[in-house]
Amino acid sequence: MEQPNLLYIFVSALLINNFTLYYFLGLCPFFGVSGRIATAFRLGLATIFVMVITAIAAWALDRWVLVHAPYLQLISFIVVIASTVQFVEMVIKKASPVLFKALGIFLPLITTNCAILYLALTASKKGYDLVTGLVFAVGAGAGFTLALVLMAGLREEAELSDIPSIVKGTAMNLIIAGLLSLAFMGFAGLFSSSA
Amino acid sequence: MSAEQDPSQAYAEFVKGIWKENPVFVQVLGMCPMLAVTNTAMNAVAMGGATFFVLVGSSFLVSLLRRYIPAQVRISTYIIIIASFVTIADYVLQAALPAIHKELGAFISLIVVNCLILGRQEAFASKNTVKVAVADAVGMAIGFLFAMLCLGSLREILGNGSLFGFDLFGPRFEPWVVMILPPGGFIMLGVLLLFFNYVKVRRQKRAAEIARVAALEQEAA
Repeated sequence: MEQPNLLYIFVSALLINNFTLYYFLGLCPFFGVSGRIATAFRLGLATIFVMVITAIAAWALDRWVLVHAPYLQLISFIVVIASTVQFVEMVIKKASPVLFKALGIFLPLITTNCAILYLALTASKKGYDLVTGLVFAVGAGAGFTLALVLMAGLREEAELSDIPSIVKGTAMNLIIAGLLSLAFMGFAGLFSSSA
Repeated sequence: MSAEQDPSQAYAEFVKGIWKENPVFVQVLGMCPMLAVTNTAMNAVAMGGATFFVLVGSSFLVSLLRRYIPAQVRISTYIIIIASFVTIADYVLQAALPAIHKELGAFISLIVVNCLILGRQEAFASKNTVKVAVADAVGMAIGFLFAMLCLGSLREILGNGSLFGFDLFGPRFEPWVVMILPPGGFIMLGVLLLFFNYVKVRRQKRAAEIARVAALEQEAA
């Protein structure tokens, strides 16, 4: 199977079809952990790491296991993701207890971050090889991190401004996200549709 | 907790999911599918239906097996139960409604990671009897379906001038295209949440006012 241009895949996952702002994936951490820029950035890094491992595992599963049992796809992918997250959790707990505390419940919840499962499913559906899959994973993860950090910056800013009490909280965050998503639509013209 | 077993409890669990603890408008759970597939009312209903099946099925099984699931591996067990139901729903939709299945794409599979479903298993089904757990799941699923339908209809009406594919306003209507695009989803849900907040704040104010007047009257008497 012919593999598409790597740069195109990367930029597309990073900006144009940004997982969070275009496909609405990973919204729970997007609204949950976007209070502080530093925390948001680190959660983004953890997510990129899980995505890369998942991409490798999904590729291997796809190649050697799922050809024999396609109906196990969903179950095997989710088990891989859950184990990777468990591993990352152990590493972070050991390496940086402060970060572990700051991320709190959202660390185990990376398991239920739909962006990661979507990544594995899409890569397997489009038949990406290992390198393409890795580029796709890094692009998507970086896109998620970018959206998360931008959102955190906007929210830190908004905290200082005078806002009516009924708008505060999720309603305002959703509207901020809508504007951010509107801005990201501007990237749609970056490649012509033939690319 | 599971000792209580009067029919009114099941009913109460059923009702709370629809309005008072609506999973989307009040608890803000399960937002990814909520926003991604609500660009038309029909997609919203299909997605709501699939979620309904998975949520009720897993709640039933989890509450049935709750005594046998070891606490250390409970989350993995729930996920595998949920994933099995999602696989069933995925294959059934593919066979019965291929067009809609294609449009929803990967989002059917992504029901596995809908935090609403896992949340209900962890917070409710694992601690309650089958009957109450199923009542709770049905209520939550109907609340979810209701929210999806609200958002899906509003976005389709504004963004496309139609509802369930039927043209509403005739050819002179200028569609507000951004509403069926991703930004419209965020903004529309934001506006709906605003409305819910407004209703809640007003109700609280009124309750406070009534309490104040009652206190004054008592004082006067």
